Amino acid sequence: MSETALARSVGLLPEFRRHFVASRSGVIGLGLVLLLVLAAIFAPLLAPHAPDNQIRTAILHPPTWLAGVFPLGTDDLGRDVLSRLMYGARLSLSIGAVVVTLSFLVGTMLGLIAGFAGGVVDALVMRLMDMMLALPTLLLAIAVVAILGPGLFNAMLAVSIVQLPGFVRLTRAAVLVERSKDYVAASRMAGAGRARLMFLIVLPNCLAPLIVQASLGFSNAILDTAALGFLGLGAQPPTPEWGTMLADALQFVQSAWWVVTFPGLAILLTVLGFNLVGDGLRDALDPRLKLG
Amino acid sequence: MRVHPHPPRYRAATSPAERERCRVVGFLARRLGLVLVTFFGITVFSFALIHLIPGDPIMLMFGERNVDPATLAAMRAQIGIDRPLIVQYGLFIWHALHGNLGQSLATHDSVLGEFLTFFPATVELAVSAMLIAVTIGIPAGIIAALRRGTTTDYTVMGLALTGYSMPIFWWAILLILLFSVTLGLTPVSGRIDIAYYIHPVTGFMLIDSLISGDPGAFRSALSHLILPAIALGTIPLAVIARMTRSAMLEVLNEDYVRTARAKGLSPLRVVGIHALRNALIPVITIIGLQVGSLFGGAVLTETIFAWPGVGNWLIQGINRRDYPVLQGGILLVAAVIILVNLTVDILVGVVNPRIRHAR
Repeated sequence: MSETALARSVGLLPEFRRHFVASRSGVIGLGLVLLLVLAAIFAPLLAPHAPDNQIRTAILHPPTWLAGVFPLGTDDLGRDVLSRLMYGARLSLSIGAVVVTLSFLVGTMLGLIAGFAGGVVDALVMRLMDMMLALPTLLLAIAVVAILGPGLFNAMLAVSIVQLPGFVRLTRAAVLVERSKDYVAASRMAGAGRARLMFLIVLPNCLAPLIVQASLGFSNAILDTAALGFLGLGAQPPTPEWGTMLADALQFVQSAWWVVTFPGLAILLTVLGFNLVGDGLRDALDPRLKLG
Repeated sequence: MRVHPHPPRYRAATSPAERERCRVVGFLARRLGLVLVTFFGITVFSFALIHLIPGDPIMLMFGERNVDPATLAAMRAQIGIDRPLIVQYGLFIWHALHGNLGQSLATHDSVLGEFLTFFPATVELAVSAMLIAVTIGIPAGIIAALRRGTTTDYTVMGLALTGYSMPIFWWAILLILLFSVTLGLTPVSGRIDIAYYIHPVTGFMLIDSLISGDPGAFRSALSHLILPAIALGTIPLAVIARMTRSAMLEVLNEDYVRTARAKGLSPLRVVGIHALRNALIPVITIIGLQVGSLFGGAVLTETIFAWPGVGNWLIQGINRRDYPVLQGGILLVAAVIILVNLTVDILVGVVNPRIRHAR
């Protein structure tokens, strides 16, 4: 949506598409992401089994690949790994979407306020962000989960909080650049109010780096939530969250390699997909790179 | 009336050297000021942590047991959590400044003492990981930049992005599966084989085992270190390779590189001396910034390899609801990261005048 808004205002959509396609990595990433989205949406139709269906006769069944009923094998309770991964894709995509939406909205808002207000407000917001950046994201997320208690929702909240500084700093930096430009002065003289200046005039011109950040935020969200799940602080079993599945299966790693390998591979491919899209978006949206 | 040759307001900056010195001092003062504010914020957060966590720390200490209210009140008074918050915060800072970060609820040892016991293991792991990342990442980035647009470039950058996207808890398990379980080359966990007793001199197992003079002990320590270091070094490696490539590409377009080439200098000299020096500045910054994420990664890596470091200690603290450990640990980890970042900032500022002069 934001892409089209951006393109409409300056007539850049064809150019954007050309650069995005030319970067190639973006197209590969988009392919991966689309595949994942399809698997998530059509999980009930595509999955060979229900995600929580325990087939007692087939515990730790090795993968049958394309030939049989358990393409990627079963776990220690006889649940089909592929089916759980497909339902897990729904979770991971929702996690990414919720986390990015939350941190995008709050972070952009804070960045706009800091950039426009300046002075004490700016200093306060930015020092708070510096403080959050002083701790590694995973450790900060762990501390937040310690306060809120373990669980998928709290893990998502923690990861959203941890991701704020990126959005705040990018928005503020872009606002500071845009604010001094002539078109903003012109709108101000034409009588545009502060809210109009902030949201309708300056914000659309700050979106390019934010879109790239959102795409990278998506992959970080999935990675960090999975890590929290792996540490037992995120989603709790029997939720088919990929990180939790991995932690759950860890004790069988020596006898049944597939229970550990495939959830991790799913995380890797998803994160890789969103990072590739982010790279492609950066190539297409960053005017400095276009010149090169 | 006589006009003074040097009006007083121009006296402040007499010589270029003195002006330069003023700039450096100003740069250091600004950075230091920001760091102090950040650190103050961290102390508030880490202080608040114990109050934000649901439940009463005293009740947690006693667990399920029934304790009479008078004892509880006495305990509260002893720890000081019956005082006003601002007094408690003041005491927290006062004690922290004297190296007293409280006691672990689980072991009753001092939090600082435990941190200092586990810290060298984490430093050893992190430094090894960074060494792997730098020795592979920088050459990989340079090669990709020099072969821009070729298959080599795409392969290196594809691998780098895969490494960057890697869930390292899974990567660590794969490494164990391949090298420890299948090939039997490396041990699965710990820092050294239990057959060896190494007297801790420096706290760094590699150095201590070397001092002990037993080559077997050194080999054992090294084989325990290698897999965790690879797992932890993967993401920094990818970040460094990507950063080196883009910094190198930028520098290779500069006029002075063209001049150096036009002068007929050998390509090795142009790349290795003229270009690399400037390209390394952003790379050094990125290496400094990676220290923070190394600590984050260490939490996962140490958990998987049962590496007795700070990350493992913090996770155990969470699982045991040992809040003083969490509180003190977060404060200390943040302090280390802030100090490392400050050092890198100052180093880069001193090396690169363009940053020092930017406001």
